[in-house]
Amino acid sequence: MHEVGIMESTLALAVARARDQGASRIHRIVLRVGALSGIEPDALRFAFDAMTKDTPADGAVLDIDTVPARGRCPECDIEFKVASDFIFTCPRCGRVSGELSQGRELELSQIEIS
Amino acid sequence: MPSACKTASAPKIRTLDVQIPLLEANDRLAQRNRDDFRRRGLAALNLVSSPGAGKTALLERTLDEFGHQTKCAVIVGDLETDCDARRLRRPHAPVLQITTGTACHLEAAMIARGAQAMTLDGVRLLFIENVGNLVCPASFDLGENARVVLLSVTEGEDKPLKYPPIFKSADVVLLTKLDLAEILGFDRKAAVENIRRIAPQARLIQLSSRSGEGMSEWYAFLGSLMPRS
Repeated sequence: MHEVGIMESTLALAVARARDQGASRIHRIVLRVGALSGIEPDALRFAFDAMTKDTPADGAVLDIDTVPARGRCPECDIEFKVASDFIFTCPRCGRVSGELSQGRELELSQIEIS
Repeated sequence: MPSACKTASAPKIRTLDVQIPLLEANDRLAQRNRDDFRRRGLAALNLVSSPGAGKTALLERTLDEFGHQTKCAVIVGDLETDCDARRLRRPHAPVLQITTGTACHLEAAMIARGAQAMTLDGVRLLFIENVGNLVCPASFDLGENARVVLLSVTEGEDKPLKYPPIFKSADVVLLTKLDLAEILGFDRKAAVENIRRIAPQARLIQLSSRSGEGMSEWYAFLGSLMPRS
């Protein structure tokens, strides 16, 4: 359950950015979370609900954009979608690749403030 | 979009694109650790597994057999107790226990503080034994040169399929407790196949810290990891 710590830093970053802009309220927080980031969106939501009370983000909406995993085949030099089993089988040559071109993202992408 | 409208009434809601990596602070500290380790002439390994997969037993044998020719140090993380540090302590190897309280993983800042508190003169390999957990440590770079994920034969052949993030991030996968495989009816072929499918990037070493099988391959790998001096 390291999502609590991650949400703590998310909120600190969001509040600091809002203050920089002279805003006092946060209405929406948008996160990008990769399917292979090791972060559980539901646990993030749980932490968000528990931690925003009496902060500038009280009542804010949390949007989580999940970034699907994409593999890359070094032999064929192509990127491809990965099925839910996370086995990166190249659709062209059938080899299993260990290269990830996306899916580990974990970022605060957008905030709505006033 | 930022509003250009200047009315005195309720402030308009503005959207701000920020794109800040949430683990930026940890990643920055991890890079600092990595640079620090390189300056000291040592290589660091981050050992990750479920609780009870045999990290400490592997390190005990490694310190006894490999640690005499090559100076090694250990930082070991647990929620509570210094049991592991006491098991690992040897006159020839500095060991530091980190107790994390409730935290389920080690972070780069803990390693930076730990390394500061130890005497690392002459140390060529620093083993970081992470908190037993196959989920959370996946997200936290500690500044290691190699991430070693252990899977013991007591855990079942399908574990790599159940925990993709950590296995995807492995440089090395160790299949441990091989001496128990037969008695447990463990399907080694299926396990190896699963590891190869989920973590084709990782080097696979099969070993037993009790019988010694496979340990020479592990030591050869450790030798290859050390910075040339």
